[in-house]
Amino acid sequence: MSNIQLQCLLGIQGKDFVMIAADQTNSHSIMVMKDDEDKIYKISDKLAMGIIGDSGDTNQFAEYIAKNIQLYKMRNSYELGPSAAANFTRRNLAEYLRSSTPYFVNILMGGYDKENGPELYFMDYLASSIKVPFAAHGFGGFLSLSIMDRQYKKDLTEQEAYDILKLCVQEVHRRLFVSLPNFQVTVVNKDGVRALPVLNSKSLQ
Amino acid sequence: MALLDMCRLDEKINLKPADSLATFQNDVVGYTQNFFNSTQLATPPFANPVETLAQFNTKDETGRQIKIEFDHGTTTLGFRYKGGVLLAVDSRATGGQFIGSQSMKKIVEINDYLLGTLAGGAADCVYWDRVLAKQCRLYELRNRERISVAAASKLMANMVYNYKGMGLSMGMMLAGIDKRGAQLYYVDSEGTRTPGKVFSVGSGSVYAFGVLDSGYRWDLEDVEAQELGRRAIYHATHRDAYSGGIIRVYHINDNGWVNISNEDCSELHYKYQAEKGITE
Repeated sequence: MSNIQLQCLLGIQGKDFVMIAADQTNSHSIMVMKDDEDKIYKISDKLAMGIIGDSGDTNQFAEYIAKNIQLYKMRNSYELGPSAAANFTRRNLAEYLRSSTPYFVNILMGGYDKENGPELYFMDYLASSIKVPFAAHGFGGFLSLSIMDRQYKKDLTEQEAYDILKLCVQEVHRRLFVSLPNFQVTVVNKDGVRALPVLNSKSLQ
Repeated sequence: MALLDMCRLDEKINLKPADSLATFQNDVVGYTQNFFNSTQLATPPFANPVETLAQFNTKDETGRQIKIEFDHGTTTLGFRYKGGVLLAVDSRATGGQFIGSQSMKKIVEINDYLLGTLAGGAADCVYWDRVLAKQCRLYELRNRERISVAAASKLMANMVYNYKGMGLSMGMMLAGIDKRGAQLYYVDSEGTRTPGKVFSVGSGSVYAFGVLDSGYRWDLEDVEAQELGRRAIYHATHRDAYSGGIIRVYHINDNGWVNISNEDCSELHYKYQAEKGITE
């Protein structure tokens, strides 16, 4: 049984960065097995991927993509940019979707490169992919999306984006019937991938 | 055919005549791979094995019950604390309402520094634990050093991930000691593999978690930790019909694992009752 909708993934693109937040809950049927799971993977120097979905699939798919993008860099001595990496990931999802072993994962991919600046890609398990200024996955995403619609403006600063994520997480805590106590936050900018303080009820006070 | 080769259609579509696929020889080769490679199982020759096999769980064509019930139902737990890792398990093996064994060893001693716990399908767990033990030993012989718990758990997770959705049922904890210290991993047939501090797996885990979480601290003393593990399993055996028998407690520290105790849960019951002052 999948709990893909019970997990939550948020992403915002700002002026010169992309910020991704993911809940850290790992649940099995009715039980929370863990509340400090890593769901955001560093794919390359300036590329991060938040991934939720079927347990097992998430980890296996993220590592598969990460290693292949590293391999591409070694073979060609230049890196795949965010849009190329998103296309590569989408293609893989699409091909596995039509096999007997599809990956049941929802993804947000954030990256930065010199030419195009920061980019955020929204991908779902049906292998749709679209570049967006902000996005969310899961039931928590429904609650968060309206907040992002309301609060989003062009040329956000990192602090402003982090504050929007705070509002989203507060709303998830208030209105969502599942407990998602902790959200890890990762920012990608010209300097690389960096983790920000975890959002939880303690840090939100 | 040149166009066909150029388009590489033969890689996408099988153009061979259908009967060439369904030869007796192909069947034999396909279903005996396991004799040569232990990680190669003969998978059911139809789509969606989980759903298709579930049909056999109800009635056959004459309307008779032919329930196939796998061994299921367990309580196992493991936690990391300052003194290492502690594992505690029950020993009951059930198939539906039937108790098949009251003395199963649900902790598998993979080597002197690595333990695995079994929950879920008994056959799956025992089989894949043996394969893992073999892989770990081979690693040791090849690399002249012991395998890390992280690597061992990844071997396991990758092996069972290949059979995801085909009906394997197992939830195991791998505990051990390596260069990085005491380690505890949870691995299951969904493909999950995750390190952690406190885990409990099986039908009785809801009960075990209750006792375990409320009594757990990082700085437990060894004796306290052992008693906490034992107590949590005891309470699970008390409430969960599918758990029972002997409660086995193992402890892992820098010197490897030690079997602390194997006590009958009903004897423990009277002991705990006596401590409460109830004697009947």
